[in-house]
Amino acid sequence: MEFKIITTLLGILMLAMSLIAIYHKKMIVAVIATGAVGLFASIMYLFLAAPDVAMTEAAIGSGLSTIIFFYVLNRIRQNDKEGRESDEIDEIPNK
Amino acid sequence: MKKLLVLFILAALVGVLYPLYESFDGNTELSEVARFYAKSENVQKVNSQNLVTAVVVTYRGLDTLGEVTILFLTAAIIAFFLKKESEKRTLRKNSEIFKTASKLLIPIITMLGIYIFINGHLTPGGGFQGGAVIASAVILMFLAFPNMEFSHKFFESLESVSGLVYVGLAAFGAILGLGFLDNAILPLGKFGQLFSAGAIPVIYSFVGLKVGAELSNILNKFKSVQADN
Repeated sequence: MEFKIITTLLGILMLAMSLIAIYHKKMIVAVIATGAVGLFASIMYLFLAAPDVAMTEAAIGSGLSTIIFFYVLNRIRQNDKEGRESDEIDEIPNK
Repeated sequence: MKKLLVLFILAALVGVLYPLYESFDGNTELSEVARFYAKSENVQKVNSQNLVTAVVVTYRGLDTLGEVTILFLTAAIIAFFLKKESEKRTLRKNSEIFKTASKLLIPIITMLGIYIFINGHLTPGGGFQGGAVIASAVILMFLAFPNMEFSHKFFESLESVSGLVYVGLAAFGAILGLGFLDNAILPLGKFGQLFSAGAIPVIYSFVGLKVGAELSNILNKFKSVQADN
């Protein structure tokens, strides 16, 4: 019974984090939310009795992938800085 | 109109996947596929305590070879596209706490990664997990000591040699007549000891080194094209 409660809570947390990653204005917050989705998925894999997959997901999906995203963000900001102000790059324009 | 279509597709997905959620309760015994691999005579054939490792390296070893190939392809593509070397960057000085803590943590993280892939046949883990943890130690070194030089030749040669040894060990099984990627080419030993399960520790050690060197190369490529503001 507690298994279903904990996994449902984890699932709701993952959904909330991924909605933050889609709809937030600042890019940095979106990248960190993506890393958090990977972290919660790793915990859920542990509950489903798969420790190997949990270790891989925590190291790669929640650690290295976020760092690569930050490197790419840094590079995009430089390329766009020549033409625009630096404030506009962090935000996603309104529809 | 488009939003209505998206909502309809989401509702259809929920309708399709809901019976899966309803019919799930925890297994009290192994599923049918797992029971085949856990049968006592099949375990004796491979003699490794971690059943997942036995399946990944021996029974489905060709798929592992395919995964290692895909990783190699990714590293080659990234090295092909990111070629421009950057100038010297002027970065903010790191704080004293960060540098001292990194000096303490980097050897410990590297040792944890090496432990994970050496004991791949006894505890959960294996080559890919150990390689990813070693790459985490390397990224910490990049962030804490940005002026340290990254020896390209060492990591590239480590990766190539590990890949060659892995394929060589796999072909060795075929030459000795037991089958491609069989692990009985080295003595099987006693169940649960470090030097058991034949060639599995050796294979997984080289896979771990290869994955760690590959991910470090990818991270270095991304780091070296950052230019100054």
